[in-house]
Amino acid sequence: MAATDEIAVAARARRFLAAHARLRPTEALPWLVAVAAFFVFPDRLTFGSQVLVMALFALSLDLVLGYAGILTLGHAAFFGIGAYTVGLLAARLDWTEPLTGLLAAATCAGFAGALSGVVLLRYRGLTLLVLTLSTTFILQEFGNVFDRVTGGYDGLPGLSFSPVLGVFDYDLFGRTAYLYALAVLFVCFCLARAIVVSPFGRSLVGIRENTARMHSIGAPVHGRLLVAYTVSAALAGVAGALHAHTNAFVTLSVFDFENSAGVLVMLILGGTGRLYGAFWGAVVYMVLQDSLAKFSPAFWQAGVGLLLIVTVLFARAGILGLVEAAGRRLRGGGP
Amino acid sequence: MIASMTAPALEIRGLARNFGALAVARHIDLVLERGARHALIGPNGAGKTTLVNLITGVLKPSAGRVLLDGDDVTGLPQAARARRGIARTFQINQLFRGLTVLENVCLAVAERTGAARRMFPSVRRDAAMIDEALAQLDGLRLAGDALVPVRELPYGRQRLVEIALALAQRPRVLLLDEPAAGVPSAESHLILDVVASLDPDIAVLIIEHDMDVVFRFARRISVLVAGAVMTEGTPEEIRADPRVRAVYLGESGDRHG
Repeated sequence: MAATDEIAVAARARRFLAAHARLRPTEALPWLVAVAAFFVFPDRLTFGSQVLVMALFALSLDLVLGYAGILTLGHAAFFGIGAYTVGLLAARLDWTEPLTGLLAAATCAGFAGALSGVVLLRYRGLTLLVLTLSTTFILQEFGNVFDRVTGGYDGLPGLSFSPVLGVFDYDLFGRTAYLYALAVLFVCFCLARAIVVSPFGRSLVGIRENTARMHSIGAPVHGRLLVAYTVSAALAGVAGALHAHTNAFVTLSVFDFENSAGVLVMLILGGTGRLYGAFWGAVVYMVLQDSLAKFSPAFWQAGVGLLLIVTVLFARAGILGLVEAAGRRLRGGGP
Repeated sequence: MIASMTAPALEIRGLARNFGALAVARHIDLVLERGARHALIGPNGAGKTTLVNLITGVLKPSAGRVLLDGDDVTGLPQAARARRGIARTFQINQLFRGLTVLENVCLAVAERTGAARRMFPSVRRDAAMIDEALAQLDGLRLAGDALVPVRELPYGRQRLVEIALALAQRPRVLLLDEPAAGVPSAESHLILDVVASLDPDIAVLIIEHDMDVVFRFARRISVLVAGAVMTEGTPEEIRADPRVRAVYLGESGDRHG
């Protein structure tokens, strides 16, 4: 009797933990929507690629904020470093090949993440929030002071990049840009997904849930957070590089506080610690911004404020949290 | 390495710690041989948990040394000491409350085996980790709760998870900080049974207020008063010591937790 119970529990447990890693049918939905959007809105593809870029940026933030619980208001720093890496390579060194540009951006942003993380990640909470915020301001000012190289607040306009894979040239309608952004987003999602379901990713969740206990079971907490921060910074750098590629210009506004805050709002809106919250948050935020701002910019400011209030008061787990709760109710209340 | 054949599992020499002018640990000496069953008793505020924090590396000592199997680990951070075989439980639960019991134990297993450094999933290796965690839970009769989030468990079961996490580290030295604290007396025997049946090779230091438990479990007892070891001896010696009766046993008639 007891033996059969044990076997049943073991089988259930294995299935349960395997379910973490297994692909669910609902995970196809964002990609189907993104591909459908390509055909349904052929004249809005430039906007569409901006959404995809922000989804990638939000995904990078989810790794540190949603999984590891690192509160940061300075992720625009890495986005900006990525954008300026490909921008400067193209404008100053004539290095216009996009894919190696992405790699260079990931390397530079990841390096900056590792370097700043060594110091910053010793702090948490409000201190970390202020430190990350200030780091971004310093970077922006740095770009302004060295305006001979960076173009200052005018930025680097009129960048031109080589065709993607040497074949797909950027077109006026943004078709190439959209599909290119979608492909990069997909690859980065697969990478992020592998990381969060791995034992390393679970240990990040452990640090978020109880840092003291992680220390006591032998986890090198600082090192783990540093690796996560570096990977996240590299992904944010890729998002920034994509931003430069798809817009063909970079300005110092990529370091704006609005950029750090905006991506945080998107992630909270979509739901933290869920990967796909980054995707849906970016879509909802950007589409609402686009349609409300058509009436008046004030509409959007008030709209995003209201939306955030409603989210944090009634849907702490964001849009995906609501969907998950509804799904549980439909299946009969089981967890 | 030769030293580790003969050296005690844990040795503390002259350990001291001050918070400003307040001395919370004064020149504490303590030796735990392999397989020791040692109890640490003393009135509230005597510095028992502080001593656990000094041994595990949560606190840095103002003076003194901590030796594990003869090796000085005083300079090592908490996580490094844990990986060398010191495990502890907490007086107040320190668990991953949002995760299931199984995931809780898996985290500890992954740290011990080094799997936690792996940044990609692997069905085969993850299965080995899960099986080990399940075996651990089974030994504590917790396997039935494996898939329940910790925060939904009754407090008594959570106390067992607290021990399961420490055992998943496969420690050589185990520090139990009031393992039955906060558990209704009707259920506390479940936890004390687990404590009584621990692997005889593990050196165990237990902080416990219940004198029946202490005298049944411990082969040696240290009495800590105001941050210093007042006396140490066998249960019989401690029971017979009039000073101990005065400072501690006399006031413990209520057997609080």
